[in-house]
Amino acid sequence: MLELKNVCKTFYAGTVNERVALNDVSLTLNDGDVVTIIGGNGAGKSTLLNMVSGTLPVDAGQVLIDGVDITNYPEHKRAKFLGRVFQDPMTGTAASMGIDENLALALRRGKRRGLGWGITKKERAEFCERLSEFGLGLETRITAKVGLLSGGQRQVLTLLMATLKKPKLLLLDEHTAALDPKTAKLVLEATDKIIRENNLTAMMITHNMNDAITYGNRLIMMMDGRIIYDVSGEEKKSLTVPDLLKKFEEYSGGSFSNDRMMLSK
Amino acid sequence: MNFLISMLNSLPGVAAEGLFYGIFALGVYITYKILDVADLTVDASIVTGCAVTTICILYGVDPLMAVFVAFLVGMLAGALTGFFHTFLKIPAILAGILSQFSLYTINMIIMGLQSHLEENSTSNALIPMSPTAYASVSDFALIVSSRDKTSAMIVGFIFVAVIIALLYWFFGTEFGCSLRATGANPKMARAQGINTSFATVFGLMFSNGFVALAGGLLAQYTGGSNITFGAGAIVIGLASVVIGDVLCNAIFKKGANFAVKLTFVVIGSLIYSLIKRFVINVGLDTNFLKLISAVIVAIFLSAPNFKTKSARKGAKKGA
Repeated sequence: MLELKNVCKTFYAGTVNERVALNDVSLTLNDGDVVTIIGGNGAGKSTLLNMVSGTLPVDAGQVLIDGVDITNYPEHKRAKFLGRVFQDPMTGTAASMGIDENLALALRRGKRRGLGWGITKKERAEFCERLSEFGLGLETRITAKVGLLSGGQRQVLTLLMATLKKPKLLLLDEHTAALDPKTAKLVLEATDKIIRENNLTAMMITHNMNDAITYGNRLIMMMDGRIIYDVSGEEKKSLTVPDLLKKFEEYSGGSFSNDRMMLSK
Repeated sequence: MNFLISMLNSLPGVAAEGLFYGIFALGVYITYKILDVADLTVDASIVTGCAVTTICILYGVDPLMAVFVAFLVGMLAGALTGFFHTFLKIPAILAGILSQFSLYTINMIIMGLQSHLEENSTSNALIPMSPTAYASVSDFALIVSSRDKTSAMIVGFIFVAVIIALLYWFFGTEFGCSLRATGANPKMARAQGINTSFATVFGLMFSNGFVALAGGLLAQYTGGSNITFGAGAIVIGLASVVIGDVLCNAIFKKGANFAVKLTFVVIGSLIYSLIKRFVINVGLDTNFLKLISAVIVAIFLSAPNFKTKSARKGAKKGA
């Protein structure tokens, strides 16, 4: 369903700070694939997701979703295929708008926004129902400004916004990294539940190897702008953290001791 | 006592002017508060509104219609800033300044159009320009005039009420919400499929439309338009917005309904007009107003910061 063909991206090209973020990356996702992505800092994980979401243009290569070439689509036009949750809880929601208003904006993703009401009573009732599933009590303060919510609550809300209209592909860019361990677990479990219930296709970046092994049916390891390891099915199920570290060592050679610091168990 | 009486006597005029500038301030509110863009175009687009209205009236357009024509031309002015800002990626403040500069010339050309009406025009300029244009209420059926301040006040009130209702409705629609989201968090807006460039351009157009409309009413009220009229208008607009905002937050501590917030912008403008009249009645030169306005804006803009600072200091002492 998602196809990346020979995607390249270099930052600060032609300067002393030149950095190759993606080096000829090709990747094909099948319907229902839930891919976890791991790799050290600067491996190109976030850039990979940004190429899909259109936040940054590709230097070369193609991005296709369901056979449609979206390489030249601007970010807002790609949004109709994508649900996104960001690392920073502030990024995914509008703090000065209500919980209900944020959800109403998300419900209209990919639709023409005309002069009909921005939110209806019926929608608000639906939002309450959906929010109550998370057990955070957000449904009791549906009109409260999102700025008043905690980071974890905002991530759950962003997650619901990303999946309120079923996306073709859900992009999770280290969406639990800024949360405390307990909240991170809660958000991750909510994510897993939503993905299962809606049969979503997803890409999830994580720094946590255990999570990368536990969740999803496929795992990708990145280094220096390349995909160095791509595993799925039974092989992935039987993976352990030491296996991953060994793989990492194999590919990285000397730089291992440095990069290992970046990959927490 | 005499002073009090003269203040009381000037109240209808204060109210009328405050209401006209209130419409202007509502335009500023759209960009400054909703889109989170400080748009300096308004200094010139308010004059565009004055000029277009005056010239339209001189050419025999119905004075009420002339104000709507001003609205449309004002939207074009906003589109110019939007083009600079979103398409050419020029920072908003600079984009506004560039528009302001371009509009100066355009305003002169618009007012220059009156020379075609003069039978024995001596001008042989390729494109005639003029820094002023006059349309007196003695010659035309203007909808407002400083000669009848009470009726000007009523007309101003009707305009304000209709515009607040219109804005309240608009920002509740799907499209209006996408403008609010663009101002609140453009990254999130794009992730939800909102074309933030388009939303910004439209917001700038909408804002400058109302600014020009206010200009149109002020032109009729004062009997004409003058190229120097708009200089520093943004500060008056900001003063109204911040005075209204601070008052609104003080009265409605839990946050107010959007229509109430808009009403307070106009109240802010009325208060500004009152301060202005006070300065004049005290006998100060009106040129003091700019300095006073700047101080007012600075105080009201910085007040929330000082509040949190002193709160922090208090907390430290307590600990």
